[in-house]
Amino acid sequence: MGGLPFAIGQSVLLTIELAALTTLILLLLGTPLAWWLARSKAWWKEAVASIVALPLVLPPTVLGFYLLVLLGPQGPGGLVAQLWGGRTLAFTFAGLVFGSVLYSMPFVVQPIRNAFAAMGDRPLEAAATLRASPWRAFWTVAVPLARPGFLSGAVLGFAHTIGEFGLVLMIGGNIPGSTRVLSVAVFDYVETSQWREANIIAGGMVIFAFTVILGMTLIEKRASWRHS
Amino acid sequence: MTSRRQIVAVIISALAATFATTFPMSGAGAAQINVAVAANFTEPAKEIAALFKQKTGHDAVLSFGSSGQFYSQITQGAPFHILLSADDVRPKKLISDGLGAPDSRFTYAVGKLVLWSKTPGLVKDGETLKSAIFAKVAICNPAAAPYGLAAVETLKSLKLYEALQPKLVEGATITQAYQFVETGNAEIGFVALSQLSGNPGGSQWLVPQDLYNPIRQDAVLLKSAAGNEAATGFMDFLKSPESRAIVLKYGYVLDRQS
Repeated sequence: MGGLPFAIGQSVLLTIELAALTTLILLLLGTPLAWWLARSKAWWKEAVASIVALPLVLPPTVLGFYLLVLLGPQGPGGLVAQLWGGRTLAFTFAGLVFGSVLYSMPFVVQPIRNAFAAMGDRPLEAAATLRASPWRAFWTVAVPLARPGFLSGAVLGFAHTIGEFGLVLMIGGNIPGSTRVLSVAVFDYVETSQWREANIIAGGMVIFAFTVILGMTLIEKRASWRHS
Repeated sequence: MTSRRQIVAVIISALAATFATTFPMSGAGAAQINVAVAANFTEPAKEIAALFKQKTGHDAVLSFGSSGQFYSQITQGAPFHILLSADDVRPKKLISDGLGAPDSRFTYAVGKLVLWSKTPGLVKDGETLKSAIFAKVAICNPAAAPYGLAAVETLKSLKLYEALQPKLVEGATITQAYQFVETGNAEIGFVALSQLSGNPGGSQWLVPQDLYNPIRQDAVLLKSAAGNEAATGFMDFLKSPESRAIVLKYGYVLDRQS
């Protein structure tokens, strides 16, 4: 029983690491993407937006299935893994990060896109008349205005990655310290009838989810209050 | 998002259940039973169920998963009539829990463990495990699935468990362990001989029986289904020569006692 807090602690840490890294990557990749989706007039824009939104509708097992094939030695993931002498990206933390980025993308991109779209052209035009470069206008005008979007995108992306299950189960291999995230640990404890351990994690995750939702609601309330 | 999907799923399954009870699968006395089947027995179970349907008209609806998962589900009231476990521990436990019918338990198959690779010539014998030609060994969860336990016992008998632990990747079921090898994500893996009966190629080593405890796969009738003719019929059918022929065909051994 002495190993119990350690095993759970390890999964907690791993899950937080995965969610934090995924959120960071998504903020970096998602911001230019959201900007383009909000402002581009390209006719194929909505097709890209639909691809980004796919994980909202697809069961995670579908993504897991494709990833199992793509990450393997016959897929592109195998080529990437060869860079550091590996054969596959499955069963690795890097593989989980890659999967999570795809899986949580809509949860980060959508709110940021909406925030960029909601502010319209006016602030940027005003910045341009004041001779601000587009780059500077983006950082000093657009980003601050879209702050609530960034905030909810980051929180949703983080929380959604914490809750990821089907995907990790299919490509993870249940390795402590590298792929055994909390949702898989719960599954494992239930499979082996360790109700107490399952209860500890599941209860913790309920409290976490509640806090996230409450926090999000408060953020949104504050944002709308500031706008009015 | 998920919660809404779950609510919809609950509503749909409630509707489906209402529909199923209002319009039973009818036919003269044909009934439907739910059988929980350990993942390694997937193929033979399908064949046996098809034959059972042909002989009796009864529908055996099969669910596949790990024995541990089914044990947990049954203790929580899952509507199964029969469990075809991959071990003898969980059927015994179900009986001592008061959920299994005590005299119904019997060994329907004895499983064989195989070390398998997709690559021809890669797996030769136990020595293969000592080589460095693989990065990952797929097994199934030793705490939930007996084939995983047998794999761990094998590695311990060979005194390789400690050394190979960093290379182990665990599937939730033996089917998933098989998939890890099938997709090439793991070079080698411990699977059930029955899974290779479809001749998937590659190379294999039938692990000698003295390296692990026999995988006695027991069937148990759940108490709640004791009076169910279709369910008891299926248990009897499992003991029939036709069923036993199928079990043998898939590379299992039969128990001497039963």
